[in-house]
Amino acid sequence: MQGALTYTLDDDGAGASRLVLEGQLLVSSVGPVEAELDALDPKFSEIDIAAVDEIDTVGAWVVSRLAKRSDCPITGASDTAKHLLDAVADTVSDGDLTPEHVPVWERVPLLLGGKVYQARSGFFGVVSFLGAIILGFANLARHPSRVPIRAVVRQMEMVGVSALPIIGLMSFLIGIVIAQQGAVQLSQFGAETLTVNLVGRITLRELGVLMTAIMVAGRSGSAFAAQIGTMKLTEEVDAMRTIGISPIERLVIPRIIACTFMMIILGFYSSVVGIIGGAVIGQFALGIPFFNFLERIQEVVPLHDVWVGLVKAPVFGLIVALAGCYHGMQVKGNSEEVGLRTTMAVVSAIFAVIVLDAFFAVFFTEVGWG
Amino acid sequence: MAYEEPEAPHGRFSKEPPIVVKGLVNRFGDFTVHDGLDLTVNRGEILGVVGGSGTGKSVMMRSIIGLQKPTAGDIDVLGRRITGVDLDKRIGVRRRWGVLFQGGALFSTLTVGENVEVPLKEFYPDISPQLRREIARFKVLLSGLPEEAALKYPSELSGGMKKRAGLARALALDPELLFLDEPTAGLDPIGAAAFDQQTKDLKETLGLTVFLITHDLDTLYEICDRVAVLADKKVIAVGTIPELLETGHPWIEEYFNGPRGRSAQAAQTREQSD
Repeated sequence: MQGALTYTLDDDGAGASRLVLEGQLLVSSVGPVEAELDALDPKFSEIDIAAVDEIDTVGAWVVSRLAKRSDCPITGASDTAKHLLDAVADTVSDGDLTPEHVPVWERVPLLLGGKVYQARSGFFGVVSFLGAIILGFANLARHPSRVPIRAVVRQMEMVGVSALPIIGLMSFLIGIVIAQQGAVQLSQFGAETLTVNLVGRITLRELGVLMTAIMVAGRSGSAFAAQIGTMKLTEEVDAMRTIGISPIERLVIPRIIACTFMMIILGFYSSVVGIIGGAVIGQFALGIPFFNFLERIQEVVPLHDVWVGLVKAPVFGLIVALAGCYHGMQVKGNSEEVGLRTTMAVVSAIFAVIVLDAFFAVFFTEVGWG
Repeated sequence: MAYEEPEAPHGRFSKEPPIVVKGLVNRFGDFTVHDGLDLTVNRGEILGVVGGSGTGKSVMMRSIIGLQKPTAGDIDVLGRRITGVDLDKRIGVRRRWGVLFQGGALFSTLTVGENVEVPLKEFYPDISPQLRREIARFKVLLSGLPEEAALKYPSELSGGMKKRAGLARALALDPELLFLDEPTAGLDPIGAAAFDQQTKDLKETLGLTVFLITHDLDTLYEICDRVAVLADKKVIAVGTIPELLETGHPWIEEYFNGPRGRSAQAAQTREQSD
């Protein structure tokens, strides 16, 4: 077979044997033979490579390794082979090849300790990030001409305007589902007309804002983390600093302003579209005419429900933007970190939003806006 | 799985030129980078490629290694037609070349050693893991990095070390053909000189053919057997530096006889008289 490596063993009568290699001693041919050679009786008196037509560094390495193991000479080397063997000999080393392996019972406490220690520095990181933002806002308040209007408008477009179709569709479908499912349950008490109350109150108070916050976290929070993280990796953030532009002022604050304001509008828009979705189902499935449904909404939904939604929306927007920007600014090292931080930004934003929502629910009931 | 069919003979000793480019045209929209470019690289030489910024040196290299589909023209590498073949289709020559990208292009989630193992694992899965690790280690040492570097991640390395690590990966398969894109850019003069010496050593030990894009005049004088000059969308001249100067082309004159060119030339003359 062309391109193969073959070997023969000649017994020299003195208990050792001469290894004769033939053919091509190349990276493409050593693979299958290497294991067999390794398994051979380790004592060779000599390795003859005179019949080897072609050799490369991998072949030279394999031969010199065998020779070293049985401490025997290599004979019959051509000029090229000698050259290669010399080159390889310079790189012989006994160092450990694999990273040190730590046993499980040491690794787990180490990992845990590391996490605890990180939590501490993570806490400091969050606090100093918040401090930097407050300082940034204070600076902008003192020098209003530095407010990056264009960046704010651009972020508003990306966070708000381009999210309208997807948030509209989502809210419309949620309105349909609530009206449909609510009507099925309420009809058991003969109270189908209360579907209007259900749809109106639940979308304005809770679902409109909550679902929008989750959607914005997935759409924009992740984008913030990935954009800023990539800019950190490519040293754009450092470049801004050296030019004298504060990355907090130019990158973080516009995103926070845009996200906070657009959440108010998006949350309200989502509630309205949800109610329209409910009204459509009312028309077709419950026999409540479309405009009657909307009129009933005005009568049965107390105004403070609208306020509850409008108060929660900017807070959720702020949290999503903070999580996205914070995790983006924490990226360092490699591209894998960007993905990791993006995931963390979305997960922590959604988690914080849901926890706060529960808090708001209790709070508003206590203050009498039940 | 690697998508190359087992390529039979290595052909290390065949004499046919490893790279033949004929009538290469590269056009991006209305912008023509190459227009009827011809180039032949001879076996066993170090060919330096020079040209002003934006003359398409990197585009030419990307065309030759099949990353860039040319608008027209034929490219043969190691006796195989590269053009007209789908980028990810079997070309059968990939295991016979090594490429060093400008920034090293190391896989950032793998250690340097693992980076070197990637091509080995991909093309020669029958090599045992132990041997593969040993090969990776001696390639790392061969490229002039300390042994500990094999266990480090690319983000822990300096720019120069990344280039060396990239070289180690490019050499992993004992290629016949080595593509280097500005290997000495951004290295300190000592590191650059060492890198040059290494390239020369490798060429002599392994019988490599080297395609080298560079702006480094010292590299051109020290190690290049021939130099190809890219200008006016073509290779306007190929030859040794004295041969190039005989052509009297104004750009070549300026390039090699400018202040930097003269000092590099002087350095070489000094060295030869020593």
